[in-house]
Amino acid sequence: MPVFNQSRSRVIQLIFIIVFLVIVGQLFNLQILSSKYTELALDNAVAKKIVYPSRGIIYDRKHRAILDNISKFDFIVTPNQVKGIDTFSLCTILGIDTTEFRKRIVNCITKNGRYRPSVFEPLVSPQVQAQLDENMYKFPGFYLSERPIRSYPYKVAAHVLGYVGEVDTTIIRKSGNFYQMGDYVGRTGLEASYEKVLMGQRGVKFLIKDNKNRIQGPYEGGVLDTASLAGRNLYSSLDIELQQLAEQLMNSKIGGLVAINPKTGGILAMASGPSFDPNDLAGAMFRKNYGRMVMDTARPLYNRAIKGQYPPGSTFKPIGGLIALDEGLITPAYGYPCGGAYYACSRAVKCTHAGHGHAATLRAAIANSCNSYFVNVFRMAIDNPKYQSPHKGYLKWKEYMNAFGLGVRLGVDLPSEDRASVPDTSGYNRDYGNPNWNSCFMQTLGIGQDRMTATPIQMANAMCIIANKGYYYTPHFVDSIQGESAEDTVLAKYRIKHSPLHISDDSYEAIHAGMNDVTVYGTAVSAKIDGIDLCAKTGTAQNPHGKNHSIFVAFAPRQDPKIAMAVVVENSGYGGTWAGPITSLMIEKYLNDTIAEKRKPLLKRISEADLIPSAIKHWYYVKDSLRRVRLAKEVNENTPIEASPVVPRKTTFDPDAEPNRRDTGSGEDPRKFYMNLPGEIRVKKDTAKL
Amino acid sequence: MRTRNDSMSKGIDWLMIWLYAALVTIGLLMIFANEYKEGESYLQPIINQSKDYGKQALWIGICAVLATFILLTDSKFFTATANLMYGLGILLCILALVIGTEVKGSKSWIVLGGLRLQPSELCKVFTCLALAKYISRQDTDFTKMKAQLIGGAIALAPAFITIAQNETGLALVYFSFFLVMYREGLPPFILIAGASVAVLLILSLILSVQTLMITFAVIALLVLWLMRRQLKRNRMLVWIVVGVWGLSSFISAVAVPYGINTLMKPYQRDRIYSLVGKLYVPQNPEELAELEKVKAKSRGKSQNQSEYNVIQSKIAIGSGRLTGKGYLKGTQTRYDFVPEQRTDFIFCTIGEGFGFLGSLVFLSLYALLLFRIIIIAERQRSTFSRVYAYGVGSIYFFHIAINICMTIGLAPVIGIPLPLISYGGSSLLTFTMLLFILIRLDADRQMVLR
Repeated sequence: MPVFNQSRSRVIQLIFIIVFLVIVGQLFNLQILSSKYTELALDNAVAKKIVYPSRGIIYDRKHRAILDNISKFDFIVTPNQVKGIDTFSLCTILGIDTTEFRKRIVNCITKNGRYRPSVFEPLVSPQVQAQLDENMYKFPGFYLSERPIRSYPYKVAAHVLGYVGEVDTTIIRKSGNFYQMGDYVGRTGLEASYEKVLMGQRGVKFLIKDNKNRIQGPYEGGVLDTASLAGRNLYSSLDIELQQLAEQLMNSKIGGLVAINPKTGGILAMASGPSFDPNDLAGAMFRKNYGRMVMDTARPLYNRAIKGQYPPGSTFKPIGGLIALDEGLITPAYGYPCGGAYYACSRAVKCTHAGHGHAATLRAAIANSCNSYFVNVFRMAIDNPKYQSPHKGYLKWKEYMNAFGLGVRLGVDLPSEDRASVPDTSGYNRDYGNPNWNSCFMQTLGIGQDRMTATPIQMANAMCIIANKGYYYTPHFVDSIQGESAEDTVLAKYRIKHSPLHISDDSYEAIHAGMNDVTVYGTAVSAKIDGIDLCAKTGTAQNPHGKNHSIFVAFAPRQDPKIAMAVVVENSGYGGTWAGPITSLMIEKYLNDTIAEKRKPLLKRISEADLIPSAIKHWYYVKDSLRRVRLAKEVNENTPIEASPVVPRKTTFDPDAEPNRRDTGSGEDPRKFYMNLPGEIRVKKDTAKL
Repeated sequence: MRTRNDSMSKGIDWLMIWLYAALVTIGLLMIFANEYKEGESYLQPIINQSKDYGKQALWIGICAVLATFILLTDSKFFTATANLMYGLGILLCILALVIGTEVKGSKSWIVLGGLRLQPSELCKVFTCLALAKYISRQDTDFTKMKAQLIGGAIALAPAFITIAQNETGLALVYFSFFLVMYREGLPPFILIAGASVAVLLILSLILSVQTLMITFAVIALLVLWLMRRQLKRNRMLVWIVVGVWGLSSFISAVAVPYGINTLMKPYQRDRIYSLVGKLYVPQNPEELAELEKVKAKSRGKSQNQSEYNVIQSKIAIGSGRLTGKGYLKGTQTRYDFVPEQRTDFIFCTIGEGFGFLGSLVFLSLYALLLFRIIIIAERQRSTFSRVYAYGVGSIYFFHIAINICMTIGLAPVIGIPLPLISYGGSSLLTFTMLLFILIRLDADRQMVLR
């Protein structure tokens, strides 16, 4: 035997040891020293899935669900599992051809890969869903997946309830990345205001996936998962039947309507015309419908009840009277010898009444809506000797206005409420020079014109104050939240009783009497409801856009007010003609729970009246013609195109009405024509009637 | 089964049998961990053979029977039939090449009904026996060049057939016999030179030319500095060191790039690179197009995926950390992230499930087995038994080292199984035969076998 035996055996053992040490070294390096592999493994195999809770339901005051969740079904396909399916019957059910079928499958594969499920057809209709369910055994690789959708069973209150939409980058940034791409969030209305309550609490699920990203089950048996908490329900003060009536009455009209329960501040109905079916913005058709509505010149998405700024016109008169009474400037017996116009200042203010004694007392002046009387009373308040100068008098008057909720944001629980405007002295100082101006310069403020505007909700809220003889609750929709606890502070501000004014009950009584007379023999006899003591005031507001706005404010019953309202119908005429009957029908419905048979024809007439300004109709007409021309062109390239009826027209530009538009000196850009509402524009706005 | 009756159990090394049983059990458990999904019946697949662990359990049963038969066989039978079996093995290998079925691009399988057999796998046993037989011949003097050449030929003949079968990994195993031959008198420089060239070739593929040049220069200077005394006495050594340095530089900087870029086709280049876990992207657009064509044709075949395999395997093992995720809790190995994880990458399951400590325990089992084999080898009276024992040790060692190094990114992915652990009947059968023939021979260690 060779002598090197033993030593060579040692060498071989040494080789073994070295190789094993190298292996152990690399294992130490991989398993102990580098931590990246743990993360890579988690990236590989663990999927974080956010579990969305169902959104809260909104109920009306009688606990009827007015915003609910319903389940719709997506038709889902996992491409690699599609084998030997009955393509023909599938296509027949879905109403597509095989080319479309193949195209969609290829689409799914490019988007999501062949091992993961993708949506083949989103939100199938119930009929199709039933047919698919029945034939599902023929379609391996396909299945129906439930998806909750917001549903508005009464098809009303679109502006109030709002809608949910996918988050955009701004929302994600503002939320500090709380929301993620693809999340849904309340975009307007109560959906947005109460987003935190309605959305509930999202849960997180950790799932194990395999090498083809297929979910295999919970990670670590689900111990790391957090459960989702369902969104909480809201109980609102809205009366859905009243809301339906309101939207029926506001049909084919532009304007706003607000009805409030003065005792609580709870809003009973709020309508804005034109409106739309809120279901149009839930689900698959969102993009299309939203695009159409955004482009619509009548702006159906715009909530005029909280954003429309209108001169209150004569509906302001009771407030003017109250201020004068409180300041001790007049007594209820005070009269003014109006002979058809107010002549004390250089520019006369006309009054519709010329008859002697129509403004013999405050009560008669309100009932007859005497312009001269209230311009006079306003001037007395500004020139009050107590305050020495008209400037100080004006500021005192503005203080009153703000106390009545005019010119300030009320804080309703809807996003983007407007403040409207009660101007301060700076505007007058700029335009008339300081201290040259006096009460004559803004005399028509006394009849709710000049530079003053208010939103329908502000007018309704002022009515609440008058009805309650001094106090009000901030108007709101949500009365209570399901499972409300001390942490829910959102509703606290709606439970505070505000009484900013200290006007005597006698003064209110005097005003009430006048407002009652309005419906007894005054300007709104047509609004009278049998058996109900209704206090109201009409308004016919002049505006730079066209015909007068028809405005009406009211509360009832006089002794125990249960409802206070304000209605504005744009460019339609006298307050008593349109807004009056609308208010009257609403109050009747609310107080009597039904509308008397003999008033049904009135209801029908008002509902069917089309008061959309001709300029908007013209726009619709132009749009339709353009579309027809385009369609005709598509159908047959050779069809001669008829000249469109649009002739670019020079339009007058009113900077007050359109503050965002720059005066380009001409209205010659034809596109501008479609986008604006021209109509007959009256430049002379300081004269007021009625 | 095996009882401790005198005739059969006398002289049997029970430690080996326990080690064997432990490893086979670990293997079965790992395959089970890989395949079993929560809530399934785990006996059903064993009965109806629907899953790999069920099949592996059957193979273990077959191996137990075979092991018993081997232990009952007379030791002289192995010496007597060694050459015959070697010839038969070679024949089977050639047969597989001719009539075999192509599986994953290699023509090394003979399919008999439902049974698939890989003769080149079994041929390892026969080669081991034949080599032992040749070296232990009375008229063989293994210190002589002629005997060494014949021994080399016996060891490498099946390797060349296996290469022809397109099973490069398996063929490389036969080179482990050089370890045996070294023990029996092969000059060490062959071993050193061979290993050096292999390492050099791999390094020139993995590392950049600049890095290699610098490394070689540093090593050469280091060697010269260390040997400065000898150098003074013998000037020739300088030239040898410089010559070796020049040769290795030439190989890695000129020969390897020339061989790969000029002599090989793009798909071969791609294969070579993916063997070392690198992605090959040709600069030439024509070549790229050609390569894409070939790749499209062979999509799904394992070679293209090597880079992905190694990354996933390292993730699986690395995420095990110190103590591992626990049995049946490995996320990477249980959800198919690691390809070939029941066969070549089975070590990932151990690394992920039991972490560094578990891997250490597992490796020490193998180390114990290998050192026990060497102890057994050195206590043999007959050369045949000793050479055979070293053969077994070398084959096991080569498999273990290359397989584990492959999973932790230290060796090219050449696709050889982990002994007694990986799923696969042929491989389990081979390693069982290797080991139990050794146990049988060791039981008769007092005999002189020729």
